[in-house]
Amino acid sequence: MKYNIENPELKETRQGFADALVELGKENPNIVVLGGDVTGSVKTNFFRDAYPDRFFSVGIAEQDMMGVAAGLALVGKIPFASTYGEFATGRPFDQIRQSIAYSEMNVKICASHCGISVGPDGATHQSLEDVGIMRILPHMTVVTPCDYDQTYKAVKKCVEYKQPFYIRFYRDKTPNFTGMDAKFEFGKADTLIDGTDVTLIANGLLVWEAIIAAENLKKDGISARVVNMHTIKPIDVDTIVKCAKDTELVITCEDHQKQCGLYGAVAEVLSLHYPTQMDYVAVEDTFGESGTMQQLMSKYKIDHVEIERKVKARLKK
Amino acid sequence: MNTNPLLKTKDELDEMARQIRRDIINMLLISKSGHSGGPLGMSDFFTALYFNDMNLDPNNPYFENRDYFFLSIGHIAPVWYATLSRRGYYPVDEMKTLRKVNGRLQGHPAPLKTHGLPGVEIASGSLGQGLSIAVGTALGLKLDKKSNHVFCICGDGELQEGQIWEAVMTAAHHQTDNLTLIIDKNDCQIDNRVQKVLNLDPMADKFKAFNFKVYEIDGHDMDIILKTLKEARGHKGQPTVIIAKTLMGKGVSFMEDNYKWHGVPPNEEQGAQALEELKPTKYGDFV
Repeated sequence: MKYNIENPELKETRQGFADALVELGKENPNIVVLGGDVTGSVKTNFFRDAYPDRFFSVGIAEQDMMGVAAGLALVGKIPFASTYGEFATGRPFDQIRQSIAYSEMNVKICASHCGISVGPDGATHQSLEDVGIMRILPHMTVVTPCDYDQTYKAVKKCVEYKQPFYIRFYRDKTPNFTGMDAKFEFGKADTLIDGTDVTLIANGLLVWEAIIAAENLKKDGISARVVNMHTIKPIDVDTIVKCAKDTELVITCEDHQKQCGLYGAVAEVLSLHYPTQMDYVAVEDTFGESGTMQQLMSKYKIDHVEIERKVKARLKK
Repeated sequence: MNTNPLLKTKDELDEMARQIRRDIINMLLISKSGHSGGPLGMSDFFTALYFNDMNLDPNNPYFENRDYFFLSIGHIAPVWYATLSRRGYYPVDEMKTLRKVNGRLQGHPAPLKTHGLPGVEIASGSLGQGLSIAVGTALGLKLDKKSNHVFCICGDGELQEGQIWEAVMTAAHHQTDNLTLIIDKNDCQIDNRVQKVLNLDPMADKFKAFNFKVYEIDGHDMDIILKTLKEARGHKGQPTVIIAKTLMGKGVSFMEDNYKWHGVPPNEEQGAQALEELKPTKYGDFV
């Protein structure tokens, strides 16, 4: 991992999805994509323009989109169903549950505009529950990549598994720091920075915030480990338990409701395997509002400032 | 390889449909739970599809050139299970296991991967979802330039689900002429007449407006069912819908056209009377 903390390269994670999709289209004739009208926003327009025969417009009808995807999977296609996070999970939940998860259909649900980062669009468009909604479903793999490079890799790699996937990413440009040559494996968390006083288990947008927090905490003599838990399901139990044993304090960091997301997933693991002092940085059981990404991350306390505050409070420093 | 038509004449098919009705009653008498009215009402259509019209092979249920069948109204599973059994997909004796634990004949059709009943493609039960799946299947087959046909059975009450109309739009927009929707129009749903709960008429006009080719037929007349299935299969440029006027509980006098028989099984006395009305066939019962 190489990054410039003062001036990181900025790239859209959704473009990572788009670029991977076009590559996949070239490699595999069974890749098909469903358009739910917002193709320019979620960037499936690149695939559509490259492979128009394998792109199916279903209009603004997400329930139908999930069913059509299941039908395409039945005849051996690998359908990517893509729209905004809220409309890819909340609206068609029952369709995903019965026709995709229960039926174990090889459908890849790829959601853009997730979390609070969608900013000015306001609360209706800020999916802060999607990880919880998808994580509760049997057979569903749930992934939150942290940058462009990792989104690209997750999308490329998910077709190697004949099972449903939910991959979550963002609209705005965010720091791109993991590097294309870094190893990526579903269900295996990446330890980005080693540390001994606290483990910050982060995913998505909050991985970068955790890195900044760790760098700042170093100045106060606190050694923070940063783990990128990109796969929330199946979760990397071994890494979580090891971190808990090593540091005796675990703080999760995510742009999602504090219920049912990464915090819940990690707490489930530790309560069973190694009860450990925990805290969280997440949205406090509330809906968002309009504002810039930075303003909202600050207001809703899901940024490095809050991570540092919680670490210090827990360590009483 | 396709093994249809297995039965050709109206008399042969009607007798099989009667046996399927007897099987439904016997299954429900054992399970003491499940839906009576819908399965009896669709027995003729299932017989026509599985014993005559569809390309299928019970010994190789998932062969590449099969026609695809989706039961969107998963709750009428007893008629599908009886039909699959009589057609040789699984042993008739297994009909005794309807709705039993560890069984393949789940209350609503369960996924092949976990429950393994041959002939089932995907789960159904939560209403409104089957047509979208059928449309996706039809689109995939067209992409591969294959000639398999796709059938989906929906209920008339089920058309109250908004997803159905999303799927209707998608089917028409993409001109999936390899898709035939069959509507079990019995004007009954669990609460009351469909017309009382939420009216869907004029139904044919709705589908015409959505750019479907529409057939309205008597869902119990075997000759008309077979003729219409052939016509629908041959129609080009548009998806097709067969609005089949049926009677809930068809063949059992005290159940016929009575919505109260939507979701309940017969008791022993009612079952005995039903079996008396549905005369035995040469195939024999499984009990």
